[in-house]
Amino acid sequence: MYINQLSVFLENKKGRLAKITEILAEAGIDIRALSIADTTDYGILRLIVDDPDKAHQTLKANEFTVTITKVIGISVSDVPGAFAHAMRLLEDGDVQIEYAYAFITREPGKAYVILRVNDREKALSLLSKAGVKIIKQEEIFN
Amino acid sequence: MAEKIDRYYQAQIETASGEELREIQSRRLIRAVKSCYENVPFYKKKFDEMGLSPEDIKSIDDISKLPLTEKQDLRDNYPFGLFAVGKEKIVRVHASSGTTGKQTVVGYTKKDIDTWSNGTARALVAVGATNEDYIHISYGYGLFTGGLGLHYGAEKIGAAAIPVSSGNTSRQIQIIQDYGSNILCCTPSYAVYIGETLHRAGISPDSLKLRAGIFGAEPWSENMRLKIEELLGLDAYDIYGLSEIAGPGVSFECRQKNGLHVCEDYFYPEIIDPETLRPLPDGLYGELVFTCIGKEALPLIRYRTRDITALTRKKCECGRTLVRMRKPKGRTDDMLIIRGVNVFPSQVEHVILSCGIEPNYQIIVDRKNSLDTMTVKIEMNDSMFSDSVREIESVELKIKAALMSVLGVSAGVMLVEPRTLPRSEGKAVRVIDNRKD
Repeated sequence: MYINQLSVFLENKKGRLAKITEILAEAGIDIRALSIADTTDYGILRLIVDDPDKAHQTLKANEFTVTITKVIGISVSDVPGAFAHAMRLLEDGDVQIEYAYAFITREPGKAYVILRVNDREKALSLLSKAGVKIIKQEEIFN
Repeated sequence: MAEKIDRYYQAQIETASGEELREIQSRRLIRAVKSCYENVPFYKKKFDEMGLSPEDIKSIDDISKLPLTEKQDLRDNYPFGLFAVGKEKIVRVHASSGTTGKQTVVGYTKKDIDTWSNGTARALVAVGATNEDYIHISYGYGLFTGGLGLHYGAEKIGAAAIPVSSGNTSRQIQIIQDYGSNILCCTPSYAVYIGETLHRAGISPDSLKLRAGIFGAEPWSENMRLKIEELLGLDAYDIYGLSEIAGPGVSFECRQKNGLHVCEDYFYPEIIDPETLRPLPDGLYGELVFTCIGKEALPLIRYRTRDITALTRKKCECGRTLVRMRKPKGRTDDMLIIRGVNVFPSQVEHVILSCGIEPNYQIIVDRKNSLDTMTVKIEMNDSMFSDSVREIESVELKIKAALMSVLGVSAGVMLVEPRTLPRSEGKAVRVIDNRKD
């Protein structure tokens, strides 16, 4: 039920994002979503890709510090209040959100949100019990 | 571990009584001083100015009456001005890298080469090397004394010297595997580099025949020893030397790993206060000074090494009576003064290793608004990494706190991508000081 996200350490240096995306392109990896957390000196690039294992190996071979993080993906209706509902469920269930990022899907009227929480299992159970749709790795690339 | 019995290359000297040693030292000092006065105009002038006559030196106890010699004196007399013998007696020349100024050139007579080789032979035997070993020498061969120094020592004990020299790490590993190298000799930073390369290639150190390593030419910490031993699966020993005095083998560790025995029958050590220049008693840290009592071509008198260490004459478990010096803490010219606090790069290395981080770092010193700043660049690795900024920040804070408590001055930490800090196959560049005075 979890989605494998790649997390990559990047120094805040010119050309790093170009370099890493070129490496992935050469390996034929398709990027579906990304987000960057940045500090003054470095950033963490988070990527959802079609073949996380291959991407992981490719980046390792190119001397990047990279890990695979298990995150939750949910599908929410692209209308006001839908995402707020999911957030309220987690808040009331005392689940903390480390970070989140969203992207539009090919499914009409839907948006996908990636969530990294402090308690994955609890979050998953709260959300699915309330009828929020949990997305699987393969669904992202449909 | 091989045999547990300690063996000596020259037992008579290495286990001599204090009295025997002093007798040899006195005799050799008198001869060296006489040779300097008669053959080196620089020393004659110095002695005459001080009103000192070679006859005033009657035993080793008179050594502190003699003038000190500085690196600058070698530079001022570049290249051969301080040689005490004619060129017909010189059989070899080495030189320092000249990274901190003009090169310093050192000459050797046939006997000097023999003396120096005895030093490295003693070092090799002290770590358990025998004539059945393959000695893998990854120090550079050339003007630098590392390669040839260990090479001659290895041949002296009848072992097989493998003169790989530095560089081409994959070939080094190939040779270690195929030839079954038993003893590795290189700089400690290169030992780590070889170890990391092994690890990345998925080669277990258990599959190698390496038993011991002799690492020198850079000051290194106890934590670095543990790191190297873990990476390479061997016992890591320190060796000390400098080209001005001879090269590696001036002092060496035995299997006790508790200080370096000085070949004091050739190189007489003293510790002085670098400020007042007065001799310091055993046990106190200060600048190491050597007098080359056993050398012909360049018998330097009370040469200031800039290395900070302390001497001890306490009995060593290995049976050697040769005085021991502690692992050098650093050099007076490596010492950084950050906002008035003395900081040695080796202390930073110690902190990094004690935080469980690989010793790939670089210290950047700057001056911002007339305030010194120090930043330690550290390569990110898997064990420190997380997808959460908060978690990485907590690692940074932990390192910063440890630096503060050990150094007594605050330092910034900057995490950089793996394998981006310059690696050297010789001496690692650990400090970049951007302050302009």
